[in-house]
Amino acid sequence: MRTVFGAGVLLAVVIAGFAAAAAADGSGDPAAVKNEDGKYYDKDGNPTYKVAPDGTVDWYTYSGFRRYHSECHVCHGPDAEGSSFAPALKDSLKRLSYTDFLEVVASGRKNVNTASENVMPAFGTNPNVSCYMDDIFVYIRARANGAIGRGRPAKHEEKSDAAAKAEASCMGQ
Amino acid sequence: MRKFLLTTCFGVLAAVAGGSASAQEDLAKMSQNPKDWVMPTGNYANQRYSGLKQINASNVGKLQVAWTFSTGVLRGHEGAPLVVGDVMYLHGPFPNPVYALDLAHDGKILWKYVPKQDPNVIPVMCCDTVNRGLSYGDGKIFLHQADTTLVALDAKTGQVVWQAKNGDPSKGETGTSAPMVIKDKVLVGISGGEFGVRGSVTAYNIKDGKRVWRGYSMGPDSDTLIDPAKTTALGKPVGKDSGTNTWEGDQWKIGGGTTWGWYSYDPQLNLVYYGSGNPSTWNPKQRPGDNRWSMTIWARDVDTGQAKWVYQMTPHDEWDFDGVNEMILSDQTVNGQPRKLLTHFDRNGFGYTLDRTNGELLVAEKFDPKVNWASKVDMDKNSKTYGRPLVVSQYSTDQNGEDHNSKGICPAALGSKDEQPAAYSPDTQLFYVPTNHVCMDYEPFKVSYTAGQPYVGATLSMYPPPGETNMGNFIAWDGKTGKIVWSNPEQFSVWSGALATSGGIVFYGTLEGYLKAVDAKSGKELYKFKTPSGIIGNVMTYEHGGKQYVAVLSGVGGWAGIGLAAGLTNPTDGLGAVGGYAALSNYTALGGQLTVFTLPQ
Repeated sequence: MRTVFGAGVLLAVVIAGFAAAAAADGSGDPAAVKNEDGKYYDKDGNPTYKVAPDGTVDWYTYSGFRRYHSECHVCHGPDAEGSSFAPALKDSLKRLSYTDFLEVVASGRKNVNTASENVMPAFGTNPNVSCYMDDIFVYIRARANGAIGRGRPAKHEEKSDAAAKAEASCMGQ
Repeated sequence: MRKFLLTTCFGVLAAVAGGSASAQEDLAKMSQNPKDWVMPTGNYANQRYSGLKQINASNVGKLQVAWTFSTGVLRGHEGAPLVVGDVMYLHGPFPNPVYALDLAHDGKILWKYVPKQDPNVIPVMCCDTVNRGLSYGDGKIFLHQADTTLVALDAKTGQVVWQAKNGDPSKGETGTSAPMVIKDKVLVGISGGEFGVRGSVTAYNIKDGKRVWRGYSMGPDSDTLIDPAKTTALGKPVGKDSGTNTWEGDQWKIGGGTTWGWYSYDPQLNLVYYGSGNPSTWNPKQRPGDNRWSMTIWARDVDTGQAKWVYQMTPHDEWDFDGVNEMILSDQTVNGQPRKLLTHFDRNGFGYTLDRTNGELLVAEKFDPKVNWASKVDMDKNSKTYGRPLVVSQYSTDQNGEDHNSKGICPAALGSKDEQPAAYSPDTQLFYVPTNHVCMDYEPFKVSYTAGQPYVGATLSMYPPPGETNMGNFIAWDGKTGKIVWSNPEQFSVWSGALATSGGIVFYGTLEGYLKAVDAKSGKELYKFKTPSGIIGNVMTYEHGGKQYVAVLSGVGGWAGIGLAAGLTNPTDGLGAVGGYAALSNYTALGGQLTVFTLPQ
């Protein structure tokens, strides 16, 4: 919840300490406050990223990089940077919330008019995406907040048993 | 004298060859008239060479824009228009409008056809909503729609004469390739190698659109139209069910091997030549075996579809090196003997020269020096691995395994050349090739198949070869020896089709949007002009009212617009790298225009 007055905002930022310079994206404050088996959550319960000072990213951010580049990059370009026809998701997540993201990815999107013919498919029934929604969200969220740069994250936390179990049961393996 | 014979041989042979439907004799003969451009590939040999010489090396520097036409559509504009007499036939990306323009009246629109297609086909097209062009024959214009409908339009009125549904977008099947009119048939390929589509080529009757034959890229012999004893690969019969016994279980049913590239034809041999694309999925561990006949050069009898010979360039693909690029036919002397050749610049970075009568492999050399996934193609006829690429373990995504990031593989998945077609000049006997100069990291992982959904299974990062900054080269190639003769670096991949003319010049377009003309012998740049948007179309030329014109579609997109828009990064730059190399989006935005050039009065 943001205050209206500029001074109030400044005070809130100072009190919060050295929180990340961009303290809010479409889902709110991305700072990780909870860790559940290597999966991180912000104060509102949305999945979020965790980047250590030496650049080590959490498993889900790393996994999201891989899944994004398998399923999303064919339209949205490398590193969530956009293509000649599809938007840069690193900018979209500055506006869209976690629930917005889930809805668009699951149901797809259609912008068909005289000026453009852009259609995004519904990925809700595609396990290669639907089993990794949070991974992909967390990766793009990290990009949106400038927490990681372009390219494959060099270091990542180990994949937890919980993550492996969830993946296996979702993918039907 | 020999040059004259070489340039006219296709027309003469076509007139003499067995007398079937007039469409074939008309078209082959018509393609000899340099004033027209009657098929997507210029001529049946796919040479993209014009006998027009009004525009030549000494005056091309003075070229100026004569007229322009907006297609009314954005997204990637591949292909080129046709010109038959006074009429230019122009096409566009989805929704695939077709225009007939009156060249005698400043390009006035004689008729326009816009198909009604379900826009849900758009997200099933992996690499932008492109279309590679129209075909003409038997008084009709043929359009291969994104939703796989093949439609025949009356060339005079644009009225629909017949329609045929070639595939099913709900299973990931789409249409991007230009149809090809050969004799009394219209041939179409199919797209969807990233969706588990099993590729095929289908021939339809030109009069009524009834299916005549379909040849699949994998499956039992009855599907692939292979004769186990008569169809050969490198001179040996392929044996029974070669299209299933190099796959595990039923994997061949979602095997890929799609056919969205270009088609060439030899009227004397009655063979149509084309290539098949990548096996499905991109994760090689999920499909053990050679995966025949993906990644293959096919020679099929055009009347029956029966395969005469095949040659698989990348057995058990591990890198998405589709084999669909054009098969250029030429008659050249090799080691003192006149040979009927087929030259092919593959995604995998090797330039192949074969004998097109029987599929004998004559030359296989890298047309980009940085290609590293294979050391060479084994040319020893006595070797067990004859004709196979010798894969370098370090760059083998299969040997390195799933969930392992294989680094530094050259070329990247978009290949040393993608569908953008090269040109051949019988005058210089050189091939003019638009190339990509990009490497990649590739990490395969397990994916599951759902009909109509992407079935990819690999993560991709692309960048120029280490130490270099240019992402493309335009080269001249000697196919007899397999050598680069000259090479012009370009900032971005060269993604347009080339055109060679008897005026001693070669044209191509760049992704920033420049139309360029270079000297055919030396490669020296003679002219350039920036069109409204990046060029992924093919340069063509025609003559009207005694003047020669050069035309090209602008409209950035295709895979270039996806992979290069934001720029590439050097993976060793570490965290925080911001687009290490030029971003295409800094040079151009979406467009959709035909620009036509001519000499000043």
